[in-house]
Amino acid sequence: MYNSISSRRNFIKKMAQLSAMTAAAAMFPGIIFASEQEEGIPNSANLDWKKGPCRFCGVGCGILVGTENGKAVAVKGDPNCSVNKGLLCVKGYHQTMCIQSKDRLTHALVKKNGRYVKTPLNEALDIVADKMKSTIEAHGKDAVAMYTSGQSTIPEGYVASKLMKGAIGTNNLECNARLCMASAVAGFLTTFGADEPMGCYEDIDHADYFITWGNNMAEMHPVLFSRMLEQKTNRGAKIIDFATRTSRSSTASDKSILFEPQTDLAVANAICYEIINNGWVNKSFVEKHCNFSKGLTNMGYGTEDKYSFKDKPEKIDFEAFKTFLNDYTPEKVAKYSKVSAKDIKYLASIYGDPNKKVVSYWCMGVNQHTRGTWMNNLIYNMHLLTGKISQPGNGPFSLTGQPSACGTAREVGTFTHKLPKGVVMNEKHRRLAAKIWKVPYERIPSKPTYHTTEMFRAVDRGDIKFIWTQVTNPLVSLPKTSRYRPAMEKDSCFVVVSDVFPTPTSDVADVILPASWHIEKGGLYGNSERRTQHWDKMVEGPGETTPDAWMTIEVAKRMGYGDLFPYSEENHVEEIYNEYRQFHEGAKHGMAPLEVLKKESGVIWPYVDGKSTQWRFNAKYDPACKEGSDFDFYGKPDGKAVIWQRPYEPAAEAPDAEYPFWLNTGRVIEHWHTGSMTRRIPVLHKAMPEAYIEFHPDDAKALGIRDNENVKVSSRRGSCVLPASINKRGLPTRGQVFVPFFDENMMINDVTLDAFCPISKEPDFKKCAVKVEKA
Amino acid sequence: MPIKSYLAHPKKGEKQALINALSELNGCEVIPATNQDVVVLVTETLDDASDVILKEKIEHINSLKLLALVSGFNTPQN
Ligand code: SF4
Repeated sequence: MYNSISSRRNFIKKMAQLSAMTAAAAMFPGIIFASEQEEGIPNSANLDWKKGPCRFCGVGCGILVGTENGKAVAVKGDPNCSVNKGLLCVKGYHQTMCIQSKDRLTHALVKKNGRYVKTPLNEALDIVADKMKSTIEAHGKDAVAMYTSGQSTIPEGYVASKLMKGAIGTNNLECNARLCMASAVAGFLTTFGADEPMGCYEDIDHADYFITWGNNMAEMHPVLFSRMLEQKTNRGAKIIDFATRTSRSSTASDKSILFEPQTDLAVANAICYEIINNGWVNKSFVEKHCNFSKGLTNMGYGTEDKYSFKDKPEKIDFEAFKTFLNDYTPEKVAKYSKVSAKDIKYLASIYGDPNKKVVSYWCMGVNQHTRGTWMNNLIYNMHLLTGKISQPGNGPFSLTGQPSACGTAREVGTFTHKLPKGVVMNEKHRRLAAKIWKVPYERIPSKPTYHTTEMFRAVDRGDIKFIWTQVTNPLVSLPKTSRYRPAMEKDSCFVVVSDVFPTPTSDVADVILPASWHIEKGGLYGNSERRTQHWDKMVEGPGETTPDAWMTIEVAKRMGYGDLFPYSEENHVEEIYNEYRQFHEGAKHGMAPLEVLKKESGVIWPYVDGKSTQWRFNAKYDPACKEGSDFDFYGKPDGKAVIWQRPYEPAAEAPDAEYPFWLNTGRVIEHWHTGSMTRRIPVLHKAMPEAYIEFHPDDAKALGIRDNENVKVSSRRGSCVLPASINKRGLPTRGQVFVPFFDENMMINDVTLDAFCPISKEPDFKKCAVKVEKA
Repeated sequence: MPIKSYLAHPKKGEKQALINALSELNGCEVIPATNQDVVVLVTETLDDASDVILKEKIEHINSLKLLALVSGFNTPQN
């Protein structure tokens, strides 16, 4: 490969340099090396810069991709994008390097006699359509399913929904955002009646305090964290990290407070107790804008097949809520949360101080929780009681993990119960969808079918006989893959996997479809702050790679639904977006026209009269608020948000004598989710080549485990062997181990539990009981 | 020929002084971070002895707070 020693030396120098830059990225969130970025860019007049969003996380940084002779040769941060103002994290900077991976899926592969045979795409799509049709004929429409992604583009999600719900007439559509954002959605809907954050990233420039709830932003939302650090340095803003593990975020924060897994519920209630007891309630705000409710308790954990639950909300009054909180005095909660009463009071005093602006941030720690909806409600309680909401620098802000968990999964609605506007259970919403889709209203079923965990259980039971996954790798990312991998291998289900690279999921496919990567197609994403971002196709993909949206349309046509999908191959992104926009017309969710999105580096919705709405529900900024109101939570019929009475309940599975450790799982800055892209980017792979199991040094010592020594971690469901990591990236509390899930060779999700929040149906990847032993 | 990369952390307010001092040394390539107080340093020397000497020189720079080795390679001479 290297034809001379000196070119090999230059290569090694480059690797040395990139290693140091990647190491710096792990230590300094949002670090940028602008001079290197400029230097690495070929000095060519032919370089064509095209804008788009980053492929990876929900921060939604704007990127500029430099192309020359049809190839992507450079990536830099878009200085015109208000999200990142030119900054990128280490993943963003290196993102296009995965396209050149040698094992790229360039052609369709069809399994014949146990071997994958390269097949023309048209033939493969014929097979997919035939199989889908014949399965419906033989077993009914609920025997086929699609499982998509918070990384699908808006047009991809939209045509999947239209095919499944509008054309076929089944609600068997789910997406991997169920694994990350469902509790956030359920939290928003139960408290405000409207999904997605009320504030925006500009809150960072105004807040005095950032309180992060179970959220390692330094690694997961690095560019936002770097913006927070900038405010810390420049204005003295404070960051308080409230978590179960000491991470990069904890060490960069002003204060780190650790809690026992699951007791965040109790601590949040204790904060509310303090707010009320100290007279810090913003009485006029609460009286004018809030109701109080309670729901059912002891809901269970959904670990059994066909589990179902429906909450029964009941109105209560402020006095009842106050009495309920008597069980949550800081002193009582300190006993089991391992957070001192002093620290609880300190947190409460920040929320309670009328002169301090507070933003709460959270992501997976709160959402991937068997009481995730409750935890979202409880964070809203603190902001509602104090009236610190919907104002610059004051508000609860639920962050998303994936780049279009908001834009596609939540707004287009690629969940079983959702439609592009509203839910299938609502007749008005079904009628609107039927009208725009031009299908008979009766065709859209009014009952949701399977949420994600139940969908894969249905595959295992043999109830689902055809499944098509797009832009996702469930056999690495689902909880309890020890059950769902054998399920997907069964002959009873025909599996179609559409992806860019081979994965453990494509390994079990009957047909593999070669998908276009991010910049090889046009599309739209929607980030955490309601920002819709458009990009044009920048380069040609290799072989027969094709956008997922177009493959869905081709299958729909082959199934006889061509009249519902009258889009052209060249302009389908534009045509689909224009059709989709009709769903959200109006001041509450109006989306910017495509011409605007093409010019701007993303636009926040509601987009009203040519302007973005940065703070919803506050009449000063939001034209959808009732005239004469100051705040209007218009998602609820009476315009009032709900303060929920939600108790502490234990986790689905806690450590015991046989399985004495908590297992927590998550991500690392170098890798995106299951690593199928970032592990093919040499510098990222080299920086973090394999997963590991983190120990508290005392636990490691007690077990006689040394750093790097192989350790077997087992639960009641499965086991996994990984090298020990002691005093390196993160530090779990005693009695807890942490494992990142990016490594398909070390399948930690064989060990995790598929318990979920009964309201949101989002699994808890952060808590189950395990034992560890030397391998 | 040893090639090594480091993260060089300057003393408070002395990032530019550190960049200048490192840039003056033969065998040092400096890539400063734009928005953080840290500098990526890549060193390339003829042999292990010169590597040790260069490292000593670097460690004597006044504006340097901490030098952390990230990677080290040894390539054949051409
Ligand atoms: S991965 Fe996230 S933080 Fe990093 S550049 Fe991409 S969008 Fe920004």
